[in-house]
Amino acid sequence: MSTPALPGSSDVFADPARDARDAPLPEESVGLWGFLTTIDHKRIGLRFIVTAFGFFVLAGILALLMRLQLAVPENGLIGPDRYNQIFTTHGTTMMFIFAVPIMAALGVYLVPLMLGTRNIAFPRMIAYAYWLYLFGGLMLYTAFVLDVGPDAGWFSYVPLAGPQYGVGKRSDFWAQLITFTEVSGLLVTVSIITTVFKLRAPGMTIERIPLFVWAQLVTMFMTMFAMPAVMVASTALILDRLVGTHFFNYAEGGDALLWQHLFWFFGHPEVYMIFVPGLGVVSAIVPVFARRPQFGYPAMVVSLIATAFLSFGLWVHHMFATALPDVGKVLFTAASMAIAIPTAVQLFCWTVTLWTGKTVLRTPLWFVLGFFFILVLGGLTGIMVSSVPLDLQLHDTYFVVAHLHYVLIGGAVFPLFAGFHYWFPKVTGRMMDEQLGRWTFWLMFIGFNVAFFPMHILGLEGMPRRVYTYSAAMGWGALNMTATVGAIVLGFGILLFAVNVARSLRYGALAGANPWQADTLEWWYSSPPAFGNTHRIPVITSRTPLWTPGGIAGEVRGLSRSPPETLVTSGLEAHPDHRVAMPTPTIWPLISAIATTVLFIGSIFTPWAVVWGSIPVAIALTIWFWPTRAEARRHRALEKSP
Amino acid sequence: MSRARSIAAVVALASSSRALAVPLQDALDPAGPQAQHLVALWDLMLAMSTVVFVLLVGAAWIAVLRRTRREIETPDLAHSEQEHRRLTRIVSAAVIVSALGLAALVIATIATDRALAGLPLQDALHIELTGHQWWWEASYDNADPSKVFTTANEIHIPVGRPVIFSLKADDVIHSLWVPNLHGKKDLIPGRVATHTIRADRPGIYRGQCAEFCGYQHAWMGLLVVADPPDQYAKWEAHQRETVSTPSDPTAAAGQHVFESGTCAMCHAVQGTTANGRHGPDLTHVASRMTLAAVTLDNTPANLAAWIEDPARIKPGTNMPGNNLPPADMGALLAYLATLK
Repeated sequence: MSTPALPGSSDVFADPARDARDAPLPEESVGLWGFLTTIDHKRIGLRFIVTAFGFFVLAGILALLMRLQLAVPENGLIGPDRYNQIFTTHGTTMMFIFAVPIMAALGVYLVPLMLGTRNIAFPRMIAYAYWLYLFGGLMLYTAFVLDVGPDAGWFSYVPLAGPQYGVGKRSDFWAQLITFTEVSGLLVTVSIITTVFKLRAPGMTIERIPLFVWAQLVTMFMTMFAMPAVMVASTALILDRLVGTHFFNYAEGGDALLWQHLFWFFGHPEVYMIFVPGLGVVSAIVPVFARRPQFGYPAMVVSLIATAFLSFGLWVHHMFATALPDVGKVLFTAASMAIAIPTAVQLFCWTVTLWTGKTVLRTPLWFVLGFFFILVLGGLTGIMVSSVPLDLQLHDTYFVVAHLHYVLIGGAVFPLFAGFHYWFPKVTGRMMDEQLGRWTFWLMFIGFNVAFFPMHILGLEGMPRRVYTYSAAMGWGALNMTATVGAIVLGFGILLFAVNVARSLRYGALAGANPWQADTLEWWYSSPPAFGNTHRIPVITSRTPLWTPGGIAGEVRGLSRSPPETLVTSGLEAHPDHRVAMPTPTIWPLISAIATTVLFIGSIFTPWAVVWGSIPVAIALTIWFWPTRAEARRHRALEKSP
Repeated sequence: MSRARSIAAVVALASSSRALAVPLQDALDPAGPQAQHLVALWDLMLAMSTVVFVLLVGAAWIAVLRRTRREIETPDLAHSEQEHRRLTRIVSAAVIVSALGLAALVIATIATDRALAGLPLQDALHIELTGHQWWWEASYDNADPSKVFTTANEIHIPVGRPVIFSLKADDVIHSLWVPNLHGKKDLIPGRVATHTIRADRPGIYRGQCAEFCGYQHAWMGLLVVADPPDQYAKWEAHQRETVSTPSDPTAAAGQHVFESGTCAMCHAVQGTTANGRHGPDLTHVASRMTLAAVTLDNTPANLAAWIEDPARIKPGTNMPGNNLPPADMGALLAYLATLK
């Protein structure tokens, strides 16, 4: 194993004494204790993905219940009270505890592998973020099962969700769920951004970062700037409801529209926080199955960044029916249409890559084809609803229900399923069944379109959103029945996927390290990658390191295995900078998350919980961060003088 | 269970369909200039979108499907310099064409906005429309305060004359939407919005609340009846009339039930002592086509069922049930039937 001469490399890499100290990689702790204390990004990432998928299935069941209720007019299956809880919980789950977290979870699993590092930055924080997220989701579903689920919509407009009209604790559970997902989401953000900037393999300069990682990075910055808006909004809502402030009470000088501005200032970027990682998944898959590096890499990166910037200038297009100045609204129309351009650029670049390539049509690529079809249709209806006057007809109707599902299922769920089929061999070491995969695709694709296309027509025929039933005289029965049948087919598609996963876990063909002969670094490790990923971090010389001959020029030596260390590199050029001690497993993130959960849920019932609840949190965090002599010594030893 | 209750229940079951002989809501069947402008914009967008959809998805699918390989082959690592330039030109051209198309749509949007704002408003009818959970209160404005009158859930307007709505909300946010006449506009507590429409052909246009407003959002309907001008004038004059004591003794007894019971606490009948403001004004309730915000046909049986147990028909409604003795219920129905 040769050590390459790296510009700026320090003597760390040529220290034979260090190599001699190499011990075997420490095994990950196992059993229940290992489960609770792990800080391995792959275990936490996978756990995140599985949990989010569980919430996806729950929210999908709620969707099927809604479709059953709406299948025939004047149906008595579900009353308005339950129905309102169902659609609120469905929307809240899909937006807050499925789509955004599962995309971040893909990042937690894949980003460190793609960057060639040993773990994510701040892995204990990621563990804490996961537990908080889990407890928040469980709180939502506990409330739902107890018939006190939130019922004012996933957007919780005031005054309907305010103290006067949103009675009981229902909207408080919603607002606190936001707090849970905010804290969790922002922690993941910090972690992934740091990983991308500081933990890349040497040689992975900024123009060699895989597009998937770019998409993750851009998403994390969007999260960082968008989430505070909803945090302010939901906190103001809790204060209005629990301690009698009047942020949204117009009678006391508050303003109901303030909620909408704050909520959508977050809510619109959120759509792109879901959709941009989906673009990243497509960019990871297209080159591999086209057998060609992605065409227009710089344009792709600039497009992702442009999407992020523009996404903060669109929020008013959710408010075109309110009494805002018309001139201002047209600006938002122009911005909303402009954001189509960066997506179009990416679409053209993928098409060119595929056109000039030697395509191999496997399940992941089928899902990408579905993505093209559904996303383009949803994007075009998006242009329609972005036009102020036309939106006055389409807003808050089933047309918008159709549009948003085309965008989110097309832009996020289809890429996600493409990704599941693509990375399953990496995660489990086994291939998924190709035949079943193709069936899954066609069931999902046909079911989806049969379920959601008729909703465009229903909207134009005057069917508003969020109605628990409708009069037989309205003539909406046949299309609603069609939509219900489609939804059931879609459900079968997802069920078949679960069957395929269960079967392939046991009987799938062994995958080997790189079954697709892909180009990016995650396929360099064994499948599944070992604990700690690799002891010898690769040195990269190409954007497609596994395709370019000599793409991996060598491996970094001299990192201690136990206690584990990893390499920190410079932000732009990824020059090796210094070694850093990696954290070790600990139970305290879990205990801190439990203490935080007690504080959050307690404060729904009494504001004093913020006072007494912070004591256990403070104790848990103090113990978590309490420095030991041995650790301090290690860190000092690794410090680099400037 | 009282006899009246069981009768009401049977009646309600028999009329299980809430069918109403009114036209459907349809954004693509305009009955006035505002909805007409929107249909024109829709047609343009639909045509452009269809072309773009076929081109984009067609290109992407063909790119994949035209020459698929059975096995994974060695990747081609680079395009030739010449090919790269050619592909860049194609992509750049496609981006420029997309940007031009979008610019055209922005211009069409601005033009439509101007057309909507340009509706001539001379001699306009002013209606103050207030959204309640879950019904609509319409107050016809007039320079002469004695000519102001109030109705609920059924608005009559003259054909060919513009109408200016002042939109308010009493409790939560609602949204006015009568798709055949215009797009929607929100009714937000603490704010006043205006919405201008004109109906150019006589007819009944159904609308409904479009902003989620709680339990009975689904059944918060509204009828806009566009009458020829002379017919409208007659209707308007009739709405201003107040009620005199009925001559029929049963109806007179019904009035007593109405005013001495709980009804008058929420409902008003102009010309009597009943002046509650929490529920719809019932001065001319018998002349309306529907009950409970376009939920039921206005028939005596439906009215009885509604008074008896409103929550069975609209769960969550703010109107309480009324367990009246059969005689009182009969009298009350007779009285309400006189409120033409």
